[in-house]
Amino acid sequence: MAIRKVVGIETEYGITHRGMPDANPVSSSSTLVNAYVAALRGRVGWDFEDETPGNDARGFAIEGSLPPEIESHLVNAVLTNGARYYVDHAHPEVSVPECADAREVVVWDRAGEEIVRASMRAAAAFLPEGQELVAYKNNSDGKGNSYGCHENYLLDRSVPFARIVEGVTPFFASRQIFCGAGKVGVEIPGYSATDVPFQLSQRADFIEESVGLETTLKRPIVNTRDEPHADHEKYRRLHVIIGDANLSEIATYLKVGTTSIVLAMIEDDEVPEGVALATPVSAVRAISHDPSLATTVERFGGGRISALDLQWAYLTAANKYAETHGLESVGDEVGRDVLRRWEAVLTGLESDPQTLADQLDWVAKLQVLDGFRARDGLGWGSARLRAVDLQYHDLRPERSLFTRLPMQRLTSDAEVMAAMTEPPRSTRAYFRGQCLARWPDQIVAANWDSLVFDVGGEPLLRVPMMEPLRGSAEHVEALLAACATPAELLERLGARSDKGGDTDG
Amino acid sequence: MAEQEQRRRPAPKRDAETVEETPAPSERGEKIKAELDDLLDEIDEVLEENAEEFVRSYVQKGGE
Repeated sequence: MAIRKVVGIETEYGITHRGMPDANPVSSSSTLVNAYVAALRGRVGWDFEDETPGNDARGFAIEGSLPPEIESHLVNAVLTNGARYYVDHAHPEVSVPECADAREVVVWDRAGEEIVRASMRAAAAFLPEGQELVAYKNNSDGKGNSYGCHENYLLDRSVPFARIVEGVTPFFASRQIFCGAGKVGVEIPGYSATDVPFQLSQRADFIEESVGLETTLKRPIVNTRDEPHADHEKYRRLHVIIGDANLSEIATYLKVGTTSIVLAMIEDDEVPEGVALATPVSAVRAISHDPSLATTVERFGGGRISALDLQWAYLTAANKYAETHGLESVGDEVGRDVLRRWEAVLTGLESDPQTLADQLDWVAKLQVLDGFRARDGLGWGSARLRAVDLQYHDLRPERSLFTRLPMQRLTSDAEVMAAMTEPPRSTRAYFRGQCLARWPDQIVAANWDSLVFDVGGEPLLRVPMMEPLRGSAEHVEALLAACATPAELLERLGARSDKGGDTDG
Repeated sequence: MAEQEQRRRPAPKRDAETVEETPAPSERGEKIKAELDDLLDEIDEVLEENAEEFVRSYVQKGGE
């Protein structure tokens, strides 16, 4: 039986430092994250009196209210909502807390955007007049540089990896027809904008292998990073690097929701037949490069198939799977809603994609671009169209093109705001977030699969969290309420300096 | 599963005359289209003034 699909998204944001032409992106990213962490410290009563904001925006340390993770020398904070906010290479990155279904992912991914927005505002207070940090939720600079939006799914370790690869590759090659974020032009050497004026995906041009470990060069359709952040014997974490960062909530929801269902089907060995592709990497690109969706790609063993028909094959198998196996592993209610929306979106794409302009990023972006082309007679090579593409992803409310579009929502502003500081109740992120909120000064390290406490006078005490679903509100809410101090909590958990306790008490 | 098998095939192509047969098109999607001119005017107001310079200077190195 498929295991519960615990899910998360890590998003690297593009960043520019306006008014500072030679800015180092690592410094800019550090300033952004630091500004947020410092502002949080202010909120919990930190003393700002002796600080000199504005002199050196990189100069403030983050030890204190939020613990740094041990492994990195860069800025690295774990937030009370269970997320990790840090600098990865040269980008600010938000990893959402572990979520138990696709809808939760949307809420915490949106909260991640708001955290980055709040960071931009906070940074403005530290920067000299005329300077500004601006984050973009996209995946490419249009010049051959890409940065990722990675999804993570908990899988049963006993499922052979070859079966995962086989089952998921045609799905990943074709899901971009609804979860692509759209891009003007092409970034494959040797291709010109005449060949590909507009494409579905930001990432397709950077996919060069079928399967592999890399994430920064020769990027694969299926990434083999094997680091479960959980019980290694029981679990695998599928690290998905092919996806675009979405601004549309519906697109994020469908991306994570459909992928979760397909992975559950793979665990139960219920994948559709006849979908294997002869040349998956070129299929990814060919599908992305044709917004008419008419392109067909070569099947393994002969014949051709369109991305829409690949997706119909998966949806048909998924509907059957829901009847025979149920959808508990992805959250029954969310799973059924995903199936309905999946069908509606494929139907819309087949009849007239423009009817989905309020749901899908690439359709929304293309409609605006086409509007400019028609109104102003702009050719695809126009800098103005490329500016529209980039600015679609600009997170500044006053500049964002996305927020001007009447896009459908799944979340409310109130729940997104709450998710900036509160963890999901459904996973171990609850335990992590609640402990950080209550006892920030006694936690010296927070990781995906452990918390390390310093309660004074004893060795550091580590609480392992190897089960992603343990430590949920259901498990530990009453326990946390009953403990006034971390020492009390640790005693109840039976934590020891070497082996430690566990979050299910 | 015969019912699901039928669903698998694409619906017939439609044109302007057969709009009413479309299964639940998004009204808001149509609305965006109708309001596109206003939207473009609004975007004009916020679009980076020097598009060429903005696009040229947007460079992102290092990631993942």
